[in-house]
Amino acid sequence: MAEEKKGFSHDTIERNTLLLIVLILITVAIGGLVQIVPLFTIESTIEKVDGVRPYSPLELAGQNIYIREGCYNCHSMQIRPFRDEVERYGHYSLAAESMYDHPFQWGSKRTGPDLARVGGKYSNDWHVAHLVDPRAVVPESIMPGYSWMKDRPLKYADIQDHMKTLKIVGVPYTDEQIANAKADLEAQKNPDADTAGLAKRYPKAVVANFTGNKTVTEMDALVAYLQVLGTMVDFTKYQSPKQLQQ
Amino acid sequence: MTSATLTPGAALGSQRVSEDVRYYEDAVRLFVIAAVFWGVVGFLAGTFIALQLAFPALNLGLEWTSFGRLRPVHTSAVIFAFGGNVLFATSLYSVQRTSRQFLFGGEGLAKFIFWNYNIFIVLAALSYVLGYTQGKEYAEPEWILDLYLTVVWVLYAIQFIGTVMTRRESHIYVANWFFMAFILTVAILHLGNNVNVPVSLTGLKSYPFVSGVQSAMVQWWYGHNAVGFFLTAGFLGIMYYFVPKRAERPVYSYRLSIVHFWTLIFLYIWAGPHHLHYTSLPDWAQTLGMTFSVMLWMPSWGGMINGIMTLSGAWDKLRTDPVLRFLVTSVAFYGMSTFEGPLMSVKPVNALSHYTDWTVGHVHSGALGWVAFISFGAIYYLVPVLWKRSQLYSLRLVSYHFWTATIGIVLYITAMWVSGIMQGLMWRAYDNLGFLQYSFVETVAAMHPFYVIRAMGGVLFVTGALIMVYNLWRTAKGDVRIEKPYATAPHKAAVGAA
Repeated sequence: MAEEKKGFSHDTIERNTLLLIVLILITVAIGGLVQIVPLFTIESTIEKVDGVRPYSPLELAGQNIYIREGCYNCHSMQIRPFRDEVERYGHYSLAAESMYDHPFQWGSKRTGPDLARVGGKYSNDWHVAHLVDPRAVVPESIMPGYSWMKDRPLKYADIQDHMKTLKIVGVPYTDEQIANAKADLEAQKNPDADTAGLAKRYPKAVVANFTGNKTVTEMDALVAYLQVLGTMVDFTKYQSPKQLQQ
Repeated sequence: MTSATLTPGAALGSQRVSEDVRYYEDAVRLFVIAAVFWGVVGFLAGTFIALQLAFPALNLGLEWTSFGRLRPVHTSAVIFAFGGNVLFATSLYSVQRTSRQFLFGGEGLAKFIFWNYNIFIVLAALSYVLGYTQGKEYAEPEWILDLYLTVVWVLYAIQFIGTVMTRRESHIYVANWFFMAFILTVAILHLGNNVNVPVSLTGLKSYPFVSGVQSAMVQWWYGHNAVGFFLTAGFLGIMYYFVPKRAERPVYSYRLSIVHFWTLIFLYIWAGPHHLHYTSLPDWAQTLGMTFSVMLWMPSWGGMINGIMTLSGAWDKLRTDPVLRFLVTSVAFYGMSTFEGPLMSVKPVNALSHYTDWTVGHVHSGALGWVAFISFGAIYYLVPVLWKRSQLYSLRLVSYHFWTATIGIVLYITAMWVSGIMQGLMWRAYDNLGFLQYSFVETVAAMHPFYVIRAMGGVLFVTGALIMVYNLWRTAKGDVRIEKPYATAPHKAAVGAA
């Protein structure tokens, strides 16, 4: 068929491996480039809102436990702008609210409810009881229990390394925040400590002895993380949708 | 030239010429054994976590056995362990025949790839169970394992492409276009989605360079195209070699395979944002994702037509050859799930389906119906050839496997359709007073019967795979089951009856 044609014929590609390779690479590169590159260059991709801050050291450790346990397999953190979702979970999610999440935790499945704004919805005690034995609190729940996490000491000797690494990839941790990391981590778990520095560095961080243990446990960190989710932006300041336009 | 490339007549012919040549097959045999092993492991893991959703006590209260840690074990076992070994086996088997050339780099390189790829799989699975994960679906292995996989993949690319480059056929056969697109694109995706900075060179934890919305887009560019290139382009390579071989018919249309190839690989890459509809991803990207997903329907069905119509003049073989039945049914499932996918990518449909079990059902109609079925067909084709047996131990057992697995799939996807659509509707239901009608946990409770049915589907699918294991084992031993043979010319019976 192709031999009768003059000019280009697919036959040429089928005989030339390098040409085929180059054409494949060009063909598959276009879509990804068009969709990904502008997300870094168009300024309006991330809304300009106040309040979103890097995670406190304890919250960061909690996020890493959230990732370690694969919570994102069953919980989303992304509220869509639908009436029912906004009523059930709160204001729809902004891109700005996850800009310090490396990687994003939007999830893809709601076997359990969305957690984008779970912060402050339940008490610390509820979270601990629920994580230890979900069905003791919500009988119909199918979530795994994490009782082993309650008393396991959190490993945070390298918390500064984590923050320094995050700084390399773009999270604006200050030198002061990194220098005080361990003290801040311990202070967030101890309501009797001097938490003025912590509160200044990490506004709205929830300070509590979440589990009642003397040492900082993994569950302390996880609950501290859950309690800050979705609370950083004060939406009373943004009444008109225009103010939140991307 | 047409006859040289596309009619596998040429491929068939060239093999006939070199019938006494024994291409490198030791490593291919290893890949087949590993594929069957990981298939059973992956299906069992899937069935177990399906049961965990129905009966949460099965999480056992241990950190290593919770759903969150085992789900990546299941997905990696079926996609990368089962699917990956099938792709290695079939591509390295067929590229030698369609190129009339021994493997570039030799049998030793193929075995090196085999052992290292499978060690990677074991290490990845162990790392998930122990809690080391990047936390990105289908890209869970941490940075050091990503580097290890990169090395193995580059060697595979060298071996496969090297064999194509040193071929003794004038043309590159269409199956090899698909295999090459699969190998090259998976390499790009893997590198692009795993640009991470490790916290320490002695630890496994790392943080990706990108965050938030960009991280989401990069992840689903990767995630969707893991489906598009690992589970589609690669397996289309299998289709273009094994369906014509088994049916002993040339590929239906040469022109269609060209259109199919280029449009498929061009359009697929754009479809990622349909995983992020109505999220904080900018609307322009969502719209692009939806538009290209809908367009993707066309090349997908073009490929399906090319595969199924290859049976022109050989439809009767479906009655007498259950191996061909696996191959052709897989292409039919491919057609079904590539229709469902574009449908679900339309934003208003996605508003209902996203976050629900409908997505899970959709994935499994593709994964079980298309990927696993075409793999079973190819494996049933390969084992007698590789172990130098004249036939399979039993074609009847292949048929039992086919029906057990098919009923399992039907149970699975119908249960997920019902539960997914039901959950989506319950989430958005309002009562007469204008309040949300259901609390979230009421929708969870409503899922229970469907989770049980889904798990039963999984049990049937595993059962079918175990029938296959037995059949292949006896085949390798050289046994032949005494059974009623399939009539080779069934119409004669009708004449006799008349």
